[in-house]
Amino acid sequence: MAKADLLDYEKALELYEPVLGFEVHVELNTKTKMFCGCANEFGSGANTNTCPTCLGLPGGMPQVNEKAIESSIRLGLALGCDIAESSRFARKNYFYPDLAKNFQTSQYDEPIAHDGSLTIELENGREITVEIERAHMEEDAGKLTHVGGATGRIQGADYSLVDFNRGGVPLVEIVTKIIEGAEADAPEVGRTYVRAIRDIVKALGVSNARMEEGNVRCDANVSLRRRGTTELGTRTETKNVNSLRSIERAVRYEIQRQAAILEAGGTIVQETRHWHEDTGTTSAGRPKSDADDYRYFPEPDLVPVAPSREWVEELRGTLPEQPAARRKRLTAEWGFTALEFQDVANADLLDEVEATIAAGATPAAARKWWTGEIARLANAQNVPAGTLVSPQHVAELAGLVDAGTLTDRLARQVLEGVIAGEGRPQEVVDARGLAVVSDDGALIAAIDEALAAQPDVLAKIRDGKVQAAGAVIGAVMKAMRGQADAARVRELVLERAGSAE
Amino acid sequence: MSETSAREISAEQVAHLANLARIDLSPDELESLTKELGQIVESVAKVQEVAGPDVPATSHPLPLTNVFRADEVRPSLTVEKALSGAPAREGDRFKVATILDEE
Amino acid sequence: MTDLTRLSAADLADKLAAREVSSEEAVRAHLDRIESVDADVHAFLHVAGEKALRTAAEIDGRRAAGDPLGALAGVPIAIKDVLATEDMPSTAGSKILEGWIPPYDATVVRKLREADLVPLGKTNMDEFAMGSSTEHSAYGPTRNPWDLERIPGGSGGGSAAAVSAFEAPLALGSDTGGSIRQPAAVTGSVGVKPTYGGVSRYGAIALASSLDQVGPVSRSVLDAGLLHDVISGHDPLDSTSLSDTWPSMADAARAGRRDGALKGVRVGVIREIAGDGFQAGVKQRFDESLALLESAGAEIVEVSAPSFEYAVAAYYLILPAEASSNLARFDSVRFGLRVDPSDPPVTVERVMSVTRDAGFGPEVKRRIILGTYALSAGYYDAYYGSAQKVRTLIQRDFHAAFEKVDVLVSPSAPTTAFKLGEKIDDPMAMYLNDITTIPANLAGVPGMGLPIGLAPEDGLPVGMQLMAPARADARLYTYGAALEQLLEQTWGGTLLSRAPDLSATEMFASEEGAV
Repeated sequence: MAKADLLDYEKALELYEPVLGFEVHVELNTKTKMFCGCANEFGSGANTNTCPTCLGLPGGMPQVNEKAIESSIRLGLALGCDIAESSRFARKNYFYPDLAKNFQTSQYDEPIAHDGSLTIELENGREITVEIERAHMEEDAGKLTHVGGATGRIQGADYSLVDFNRGGVPLVEIVTKIIEGAEADAPEVGRTYVRAIRDIVKALGVSNARMEEGNVRCDANVSLRRRGTTELGTRTETKNVNSLRSIERAVRYEIQRQAAILEAGGTIVQETRHWHEDTGTTSAGRPKSDADDYRYFPEPDLVPVAPSREWVEELRGTLPEQPAARRKRLTAEWGFTALEFQDVANADLLDEVEATIAAGATPAAARKWWTGEIARLANAQNVPAGTLVSPQHVAELAGLVDAGTLTDRLARQVLEGVIAGEGRPQEVVDARGLAVVSDDGALIAAIDEALAAQPDVLAKIRDGKVQAAGAVIGAVMKAMRGQADAARVRELVLERAGSAE
Repeated sequence: MSETSAREISAEQVAHLANLARIDLSPDELESLTKELGQIVESVAKVQEVAGPDVPATSHPLPLTNVFRADEVRPSLTVEKALSGAPAREGDRFKVATILDEE
Repeated sequence: MTDLTRLSAADLADKLAAREVSSEEAVRAHLDRIESVDADVHAFLHVAGEKALRTAAEIDGRRAAGDPLGALAGVPIAIKDVLATEDMPSTAGSKILEGWIPPYDATVVRKLREADLVPLGKTNMDEFAMGSSTEHSAYGPTRNPWDLERIPGGSGGGSAAAVSAFEAPLALGSDTGGSIRQPAAVTGSVGVKPTYGGVSRYGAIALASSLDQVGPVSRSVLDAGLLHDVISGHDPLDSTSLSDTWPSMADAARAGRRDGALKGVRVGVIREIAGDGFQAGVKQRFDESLALLESAGAEIVEVSAPSFEYAVAAYYLILPAEASSNLARFDSVRFGLRVDPSDPPVTVERVMSVTRDAGFGPEVKRRIILGTYALSAGYYDAYYGSAQKVRTLIQRDFHAAFEKVDVLVSPSAPTTAFKLGEKIDDPMAMYLNDITTIPANLAGVPGMGLPIGLAPEDGLPVGMQLMAPARADARLYTYGAALEQLLEQTWGGTLLSRAPDLSATEMFASEEGAV
C-alpha cells in the first residue's frame, strides 16, 4: 500500500479550516447485558454468557436493564444534556456475522439524552466548549476472530469465528455536534475531549473506562473547509482509534492527508477509514453511501422509556463533581500554577495528590513526591503510581522531611523501604537507622576529623575561600552516611574552621 | 412526509431490496416478484389517503411504558446448548466463511 | 369403552381426575387416531410418540400418589410449530429451520408442562405464519377434515385440523391477522386470540411483533377457556406482556351457560364487515345467529368502523416491515439451514444470501422484500409510517364502537373453505381472507372464532367472530359460550359431530344441504 501524500501541517492549516465531530462509545459496567440477564463479563470462555435473546435465536425477546437506563441518564446529566421525557428503542437493520439478530437494538429519533455540552481545557490554557448532540443507548456486537490470514485481519483470512459473549453488552454512544474553530489545536481537542469523557464516566462509576480494553472507543470525523468559503467539506470517519494519543495522531494525519488531496485538485471520498497504530496512518475502508439504509423503525418488542422528572432529579443528586470544576477548585486551593497542575493531571495523579494532602502533607510536597520520585519508580516498573505506596505513607514521609528528621536524600531511601513493604516510613527509619543525626557533638567529631585530613582545605577556608568547604562537607556527609543535614554541617565546618561569615 | 401516489416498483429496486435483505434471487424470481410487488404496493398505498399529519402513529397496541429488568445475572445457556444448532463451529465458537465487507 | 378422542378436554379432564381413565390411555388413543388419519389430514409435522406416553405415565404416577394436579393435568395437546419446544423440532413450517431443536422452551410451553398437559406433537402451518391456507408450508399442506380437497385455513391450519379431526382435544396456535380465528371458522372449531400482551410471546418465533399473539384452539368454548387460563399471565421475559391479574376464562365460559347470560347484552354488528359481498351461506348463518342472540335477550346494534376499509392495507405494510426485520436472523450462522454457493468466492455474505433464497418460500420472500421496501429510506413515511397512523384510526373506531356495545361480531371469514390451489397464485386475493380478523390484531383487542353452522350451498363450516375491548377477554368466553349453547340446542349436538368419518380409506367430500 503506497503511503499517502501529506501536506505540511502548518500549510494545511493556513489553507483549510479543520471541522471535527466525535462519536464515543462507552461500555457500561453493569452486571448484566443491555437486553438480557447474561453476565457482562470480560474474559469468559467463548459463548458462555449467551441466551436465546442475545444469541438471536428464533423466539428470543429483549428486556431492558434498569441499571443501564440509570447509568445512561447519569451520563447524560453529567454531559449537561436534557433527559428525554419519552425515549424509545429502534432497530438498526443490517447484516453482519457478529450481529446475532442482524439488527442492532439502538435508539434513533428519541434518544435518552440530547443537547448537552462539555468544556475542555487545552494545555495552552484555551477553553473549548464541545456541543453534544445526543447520547443514546445501544447494544454491542459479538467478537470476530479472523483465521488464516497473515495479520489476523479480515483481508486474506480463510474463515472467521464468532463469540457472542460481548453481544448485547450495554453501550452509550455520545455524538458531538460539529466542532469548528479548533484550528491548529484540532488534534489536541480530540484527545482532550475523549479524555474528558473518560474521566467523567470513571468518576460516575458507570464504566471501567479503560481504553485499552475497549471500554471507551472513539470514531473521529474530520473534514476540511477551504478558508474563505462557507461550505463544509466531505468528511471521513476514522474508526478504532483506541488510545488518546492515537486520536490526536489520527486527526492530525487526516488533516494533512485531506489537505494534500485537495491541494492536488482531488476530492475527498466520504468513507470509513481505519487507523493503523504501527504506521501512524489511516487507510480506506468501506465507502459510506446511501447503501447504508438502516431502515430504522421503533423496536416493537420494547415499550418507551419515560423517566419521571423526580427520578431524573434524584439521579442528578448522585453526580460527583464535574472533573473540569474539580480541576479549577483544586488548582485554586493548592496554589499551583497551571503548569504545575497540568503535571499532576497529565500523570493521572489527582486522586493520589488530593488524598496525600488530606492526610496532612502540603500541596507542594505532595506534588513533588508523586510527580517526581514515585512516578519515576512507577514508570521503571511499568505499574500505576498509586499501586506503589499509599497517600498516607507519602504524607508521613513528607512530614518527616519537614520536621528535619530526614533529608530529601534519606527520604528517598525510606520511600524505597516503604515500597519494598518494610512498613510505614517511621518504621523504616527506625529499622534502618536512617534518621538525620541531630546531635551536633557527633557532627563536630566528624568535622574535626575531616578537617584534619584535609589541611589544605582548612587553609583555604581560613583564607576566605568558603567554597572549598564543599570537600569537607562531602567527606562529613559520607562519613555520616548521609544522615546529616548538609546545611548544618556547612555551618559547623565554617565555625570549626574559624572563618567568619 | 411524502404525498406520492402509488409508485411502480422496478426490477432494479427489487434487486436492490433483495440485496439489502440478503436474498439471492434468480432472474425468474426477480421478474415475478417485481410484478407481484407492483400490484401489492398499489393496493396498500391507499393508507396514505387517511394518514394525515394530525393523526399520531401507534406502534404499540397497548400503551405500556417503563418495563425494566433488575440488573441481576440470570443463568445463561450452557456452551453446548448455545452451539447446538450451529451449522459450523470450531471449538466453542461459530464458524463462518470469509467476510468480504468490513463493518 | 368411550372413544376417548371424542371427548372434550373438559370431559376428559374430569375422567382423568376421577381416575376413570389414565393419561397414558388417553394419549395412546390420540396417537392411534393420529396414525389412522394423519396421513390424509397432515396436521402434524412431528409426533411425540414414546415421549408423550412416558410423560403421561409419569403424570399418572403422581396422580396415583395423591399429588395435587391442575385442572387439565394429563390431557394431551398439539402445539403449533411456531413455538419453541426443547424436545421437539420447531420449524415454523419452513425449510430454513428443518430439524432445528431449540435449546429452550417457549414460556407458554413451559406453562403447559408445569400444568401437566402432555405435548402430542407439533402442528403444520404456513411458513413463518404467512398465509391463510397452510398451503405455504414447506412441508406440504394440511387438509380440511370436512373435505380433504380443501384448505383448513391458515396460518394455523394444522392446529385447527388436529382438533377438528379429533387427533387432539386441544391445541396451541398463534394469531397475527386471523391465523387462529380463520382456521377455526373453516374447520368448525373454536379459537381465541387474546388481548395483545395477555399471553407471553417469549419463544414464539416472531412474525410481526406488534400483532402476534399465542392463543388456544379447541372444540368448545369451555375447553378454550381452560387452556387460556393455563397460558395467560405476565412474563418478565416478554417486555410487552401485561401485568394484569386475569379472571378465569373457564369460569367466564361457565357463566355463559347460565340462564339470562345474554339478557341486555348489546351486540354490535360492524357495517363494513357484516357480510355484504361475502359467500351467501356465510351471511345467512351469520344473520341467523344474530336472530338467535336476539331471541335470548341480546340487543343487536349496528355500528360503523370506517377506517376498517384501510385495515388490510395497513396490515400488509406493518406485518412485512416487522417480519423483514424479525426474519433477518435466519442467516446460516447460529442455527438452521446453511447452503454454500456452488461457485467461488464462498464469502459469508454469499452464504447468507444463497441460504435465505434456498430456505425461504416465495410468500416469505415476497413479504420480506415488501417489508424492506416499506421501511427503506424515502418510503418510510408513505408506507410504514402511514400504516401506523391507520392503526390509530382503527383503535379509535373500536373505542367508539365499544362505547355503544358490549361485544362486536362479524363472520370470521368471507367464505367457507376454498379448494387447495384455488387462491395460491393470487396473493392479494389470499390477503383478503383476513379482512374481518385483521382489525383486532391492529388494535390489540381480543377475538374469538366459534362455529355457527354449515353453509347450505356446500355443507362446510361457517364461523362467527366476537371481539371485546382490550383486557375484556372474559366477555368473549361468556357470550361465546352462551351462543354455543343456543346453537348446540338448535342442532341437537355439536357441529363437529357431523364431520365426516375420516377413518374410512377413501377421502370424503362433505354432504350437501346439512343442518
